[in-house]
Amino acid sequence: MRLLVEGLACVRGGRSLFQGLGFAVTAGEVLAVTGPNGAGKSSLLRLLAGLLPPAAGRIALEGGDPEQSVGTAAHFIGHLDAVKGALTVAENLGFTRALLGGGEMEAETALGLLGLERLAQFPARMLSAGQRRRLALARLLVSPRPLWLLDEPSTALDAEGQETLASLMTRHLSGGGLAVVATHSELKIERVVEIRLGLGGIT
Amino acid sequence: MIAALRAILARDLTLAFRVGGGGGIGVVFFLAVVTIVPFAVGPELPLLARIGPAVLWIGALLASLLGLDRIFAADHEDGNLDLLLMAPVPLELIAAMKGAAHWITTGLPLVVAAPLLGLLLGLEPKALAAVTATLLVGTPALTFLGLIGAALAVALPRGGLLVAVLVLPLTIPILIFGVAATTAAVTGLVPFGTPFRLLAALSLVGLVLGPVAAAAAIRVIRD
Repeated sequence: MRLLVEGLACVRGGRSLFQGLGFAVTAGEVLAVTGPNGAGKSSLLRLLAGLLPPAAGRIALEGGDPEQSVGTAAHFIGHLDAVKGALTVAENLGFTRALLGGGEMEAETALGLLGLERLAQFPARMLSAGQRRRLALARLLVSPRPLWLLDEPSTALDAEGQETLASLMTRHLSGGGLAVVATHSELKIERVVEIRLGLGGIT
Repeated sequence: MIAALRAILARDLTLAFRVGGGGGIGVVFFLAVVTIVPFAVGPELPLLARIGPAVLWIGALLASLLGLDRIFAADHEDGNLDLLLMAPVPLELIAAMKGAAHWITTGLPLVVAAPLLGLLLGLEPKALAAVTATLLVGTPALTFLGLIGAALAVALPRGGLLVAVLVLPLTIPILIFGVAATTAAVTGLVPFGTPFRLLAALSLVGLVLGPVAAAAAIRVIRD
């Protein structure tokens, strides 16, 4: 499986963030998107997820289901954790599993892997920022999707959480997955390709 | 896909019951509107019985506008809208499910409360039955046309009142046929079935048009 991007351009609020962006990510690879604040890292991920329409260019997932959009083959973890405070931790994850389609892993197992099993029956509004992040990351496990689009995934995570994230990503990649990660910190994984967005386009 | 849609419905119902501010507040607001009318027009029972169906309909209409702006805006603010958009389900069906959940938690309680509130206005049993029947058929149209305003609220933070102002004109035909059917049932001058069927038709049109228009609006305005 291969993610192919050609001639991608993004315009937000009348301002051109980047144009002519092209790259390819093959199975087992991570693309790290770096660059200063406002360079368009989050916008690039939203474009890949199909949450924003591209101004120009093409995004394709080769080897995926051609009937489906790239977005339905992808997980998108953005700045907002998409957690409902009134639902319990287990209900939040159970909902995602039902919505996106569940795989082999049960919600409890995923919560255990992210160190949230003791909080399963707590309302999610009680969670700290780091715990909410862990809950958002648990979505990656319950619904298997080949492409992970992660926007600053390690925000608010403690050292142990960052290690867990790195091991989850390593496992995903060794299983033939792909990932595009917008980040400011170094990813503790192998086979990272870097693309750097500048404030005036690609550098 | 069915499992995903069921999950959306179940989640929205759970949220409405846990967070509150949905059906309960709507019914209390409905009660408030209906009780202030005798203070304004005077406690003359024949008059109240005559205008009662119209008062109940206006009360239900206003109460159904409450909370409309939160249907999609709440999901937009906490990132859940992104999650819904990545689901392998058409956005139109997601909007329809959210509309259905909103109707169950706000529209249906109004229908149940209507006969009790009708007693306060001295309505005859026939009029009570007619008002309840027309509300049962007409409130889905209010909710589903309201979905269009709810979708616009995604781009309008704190646009609650604006959504009500936008949606209110769309609901005028529903109000006309709802009250007309009730009046027909009471006076017997026109057959009840004619306006009632038109009301049912409006609801069916709303059920289709509302989610499609709401999904289109969300696709255009979210950024």
